[in-house]
Amino acid sequence: MNWEQICEFDLLQPEYGVPALVGEHAVALFRTRDDELFAVSNIDPFFGAGVISRGIVGDRAGEPTVASPLLKQVFSLRTGKCLDDPGARLPTYRVRRRDNVVEVAVP
Amino acid sequence: MTRTLVVVGHGMVGHRLVEALRERDEAGAWRITVLAEENRPAYDRVALSSYLDGKSAEDLSLTSHELLDDPLVDLRLGTAVTGVDPAARTVSTSDGLVLSYDALVLATGSRPFVPPVPGHDLDGCFVYRTIEDLDAIRDAAKESRPGVVIGGGLLGLEAANALRLLGMQAHVVEMAPRLMPLQVDEGGGQVLGRLVEDLGLVVHCGAATQSINGEGAVRSVTLADGTVIETDLVVFSAGVRPRDELAELAGLARGERGGFLVDERCRTSQEHIWAIGECAAVDGRCYGLVAPGYSMAEGVAEQLLELGEGTFPGADLSTKLKLLGVDVASFGDAHGQTDGALEVVYANNAAGTYAKLVLSDDARVLLGGVLVGDASAYSVLRPLVGRELPAPPEQLLLPAGSGVDTGALPADATVCSCNNVTKQDITTAITEHGLTDVPGIKACTRAGTSCGSCVPMLKNLLGECGVSTSKALCEHFPQSRAELFEIVQATGIGSFSELIGRYGSGRGCDICKPAVASILASLGHGHILDGEQAALQDTNDRYLANMQRNGTYSVVPRVPGGEITPDKLIVLGEVAKEFGLYTKITGGQRIDLFGARVEQLPAIWRRLVDAGFESGHAYGKALRTVKSCVGNDWCRYGVQDSVSMAIRLELRYRGLRAPHKIKAGVSGCARECAEARGKDFGVIATDKGWNLYVGGNGGFTPRHAELLAADLDDEQLIRLIDRFLMFYVRTADRLQRTAAWIEAMEGGLDHLREVIVEDSLGIAEELEAAMQRHVDSYRDEWAGVLGDPAKLARFVSFVNAPEAPDPTISFVQERGQIRPGPVSLPMPTVGVQEVHA
Ligand code: SRM
Ligand SMILES: Cc1cc2nc3c(=O)[nH]c(=O)nc-3n(C[C@H](O)[C@H](O)[C@H](O)COP(=O)(O)OP(=O)(O)OC[C@H]3O[C@@H](n4cnc5c(N)ncnc54)[C@H](O)[C@@H]3O)c2cc1C
Ligand code: SF4
Ligand code: FES
Repeated sequence: MNWEQICEFDLLQPEYGVPALVGEHAVALFRTRDDELFAVSNIDPFFGAGVISRGIVGDRAGEPTVASPLLKQVFSLRTGKCLDDPGARLPTYRVRRRDNVVEVAVP
Repeated sequence: MTRTLVVVGHGMVGHRLVEALRERDEAGAWRITVLAEENRPAYDRVALSSYLDGKSAEDLSLTSHELLDDPLVDLRLGTAVTGVDPAARTVSTSDGLVLSYDALVLATGSRPFVPPVPGHDLDGCFVYRTIEDLDAIRDAAKESRPGVVIGGGLLGLEAANALRLLGMQAHVVEMAPRLMPLQVDEGGGQVLGRLVEDLGLVVHCGAATQSINGEGAVRSVTLADGTVIETDLVVFSAGVRPRDELAELAGLARGERGGFLVDERCRTSQEHIWAIGECAAVDGRCYGLVAPGYSMAEGVAEQLLELGEGTFPGADLSTKLKLLGVDVASFGDAHGQTDGALEVVYANNAAGTYAKLVLSDDARVLLGGVLVGDASAYSVLRPLVGRELPAPPEQLLLPAGSGVDTGALPADATVCSCNNVTKQDITTAITEHGLTDVPGIKACTRAGTSCGSCVPMLKNLLGECGVSTSKALCEHFPQSRAELFEIVQATGIGSFSELIGRYGSGRGCDICKPAVASILASLGHGHILDGEQAALQDTNDRYLANMQRNGTYSVVPRVPGGEITPDKLIVLGEVAKEFGLYTKITGGQRIDLFGARVEQLPAIWRRLVDAGFESGHAYGKALRTVKSCVGNDWCRYGVQDSVSMAIRLELRYRGLRAPHKIKAGVSGCARECAEARGKDFGVIATDKGWNLYVGGNGGFTPRHAELLAADLDDEQLIRLIDRFLMFYVRTADRLQRTAAWIEAMEGGLDHLREVIVEDSLGIAEELEAAMQRHVDSYRDEWAGVLGDPAKLARFVSFVNAPEAPDPTISFVQERGQIRPGPVSLPMPTVGVQEVHA
């Protein structure tokens, strides 16, 4: 497992995603209000555009989610599953905080 | 044994018979042959006029595919019945066939009456009954030329409106001293006449038509008093006559004034033959409305299936219509013919409204009434006919809902008179079938499916049965947007997390976050990207630009009123060239620059702001554009300076955040080149000032804005728009544009006018003050970003590689400019990872 350092933890604002380049992968990084970290693919599976990090973070019945900014499909941040379209899914990435640095595992 | 029913005529009533029979004949006892003279299946003749106002023949059709495919129904179009032999029980048709029947129902309707004045058969003379008639009128209509309608009754006025819609100058000739003599009384007729003339119609009452002149084709019409109207188009609308031609052939008795004479069960003088609809003279009387025809059809279906007597219950001849935008209603004993009847009249000449209630001699029982100009009380009053008044008469005339509610109605009161549905029928349906909305009631009981005037009562009845439609914004907030607005305003809460902590649950979502962001912005809580607010913003607001399908953005600087200097045009061209952007003129009179990457946006805007541009809010639920025409500076028709006014309005309301986008237009004269009536608010110049229209939009359900106030000066205009917009911002639902907002408002446009123009709620001053605060605190949002390093830091392609271009973005060339390249869905090739801890 190869962990890549991405940015300082404080740079992530709660509930406001940022895009990161991890190896060749465009990844969307999220910090929730209770400081949990999530990383999913930044690429909207319906359009192929790198926009997921710009979606609104929230929850559906407690499950942390992000809504694609293009056509608003909602994805689980935990599993990457699209909650509105069972056929679609965002790949997820392992993410952790070491001291004040956020790291994502390069697959 | 299957028996054969032959129905003659596939009009509205014949069709209802077929429907009613097929619905209830579960055993398939009857096979139905419909012989229809017209070439198309039954359509909604009542709504015929809408055919000239945007509806297609398809829209008007009443006939479903299921019916056309029904093996027990044989519909033969273009086939007229020419003979009936009751002894042999056969009918013969225009195409030479002879068909036998076990039961025969005549539903042949009526034909328009054409008075035998000289010249009535010249080319250019029309009647108004079928889709084909309307096609012919449309083909003959010539814009701006006069057209004459003979007959000023209900249909005559509809025909006159049709001519108006076709761009003609409509004249109405009515023999009686007032319009709609059958429905309204003298006082109502006068108000109606005035309102109609205000709309540009020329009304000739107490006028007989002497002759129609011309050789081969109409050239003019001469009235008995010598008036000559130059015209080449005449529409007769002088009443109808039942189509009872088959009576002799079949040996059927006629009513005194025509029509197949039938008893109260619609049986003719011959066995096995019934007559229903307009051609039937029930106990000698013909009915020219669809509702009585429908109950005759239901009654005959009942008899054929041996389900009951099927006795015609008599008819409620009440009518409510909107003619040329003018409400007219009459119900019960409208002319006060009952012995000792008292009349209570309320007339408001300034407002153009007239109301008369006819009461019993002790003033306790409602017998009937006439409403002109404002018929909102109709739906409550009509079911009260024959009953004791639940409130003083003047209170009953207030708009529906404020005087009495449906609670005052007895269970057996008819709520929907078109379809003869009582209050009890509806409440039973609601509780037994668990109905939760008006469409459900319509499907279950048919109430509300014809003229629609009972729909407000259906809503009330839902409430009465304890059905409350959920107003919750989403799973996180049980409140509606308007309620959250009030909470934020009253508590002064300034952040989403505090609001959801105190009044909601969970973390929020893409519905409540932008809605709250908009409320905070409307109430002036700083820049929309300040601190936590940035995470609430929807797609486009987050980067103050419009996201395109490939993740790039478009940039739309404000061009107030569409007026732009050559220098600024050049800057737009230069910026587009420098950053390689696609340029296009928008539908909103400005220029859109497409294909900007997130990380380019600040540099692009730096150039634009330096050149004097500011955000155009194309991305926001906010004021978009105020479209203008060139106005009296240049245009030879202009009567006011529409460009200056558009700029003034656009600069005043720019940046105003609202439940949905707001668009506006200002036209310099009635030709309306700015399409102002297609906007949320539209201003049209008059000789005396400005007319203000509200509630228009294009888009999915286009709507024309309606007149709110007329002939305003500049300051009055702005004051009313201030109030209108602020009231909208405060009370509309999320993503509800002004048209839908007004439609959903109790009392509709009339109520809005009371609040905005007459200040009935006493909030006008506060609304104006709130707008003034908005105007004073306006700052350009893009300048706000450029001056704030923390905000600028968010405009990067990747947090760990701020300059690296996003590899998913590519362009190809087309017509000399870029457009997004094809997407190969570059999904990362990794398998889905396990959930991390
Ligand atoms: C750019 C433009 C088309 C053009 O090339 O002409 C456009 C483009 C979009 N329109 Fe539009 N509309 C544009 C004029 C119109 C017009 C014409 C007008 O304003 O006179 C209409 C019909 C008039 C109206 O709105 O009543 C129009 C009716 C819509 C609707 C339907 C609204 C409705 O109430 O039904 C939407 C969808 C919505 O807002 O929910 C929409 C939404 C959109 C969005 C914002 C969709 C989105 O969220 O990405 C499009 C992207 C804008 C962008 O800049 O990337 N656009 N859109 C026009 C920008 C005008 C401007 O200068 O701001
Ligand atoms: C413009 C307009 C507006 C109206 N507005 C209203 C309103 O607001 N409210 C209201 O209640 N009513 C209104 N009416 C009246 C309403 O349309 C009629 O009451 C209703 O259509 C009557 O239905 P019907 O089936 O009896 O006759 P029709 O709908 O006229 O149908 C009769 C059919 O029989 C066919 N037919 C006739 N003879 C033969 C034959 N020998 N063989 C085969 N077929 C034959 C005819 O071609 C016709 O298709 C309006 C009418 C018009 C024209
Ligand atoms: S609306 Fe009137 S003033 Fe404006 S451009 Fe058109 S014709 Fe001229
Ligand atoms: S009263 Fe006309 S639809 Fe109900």
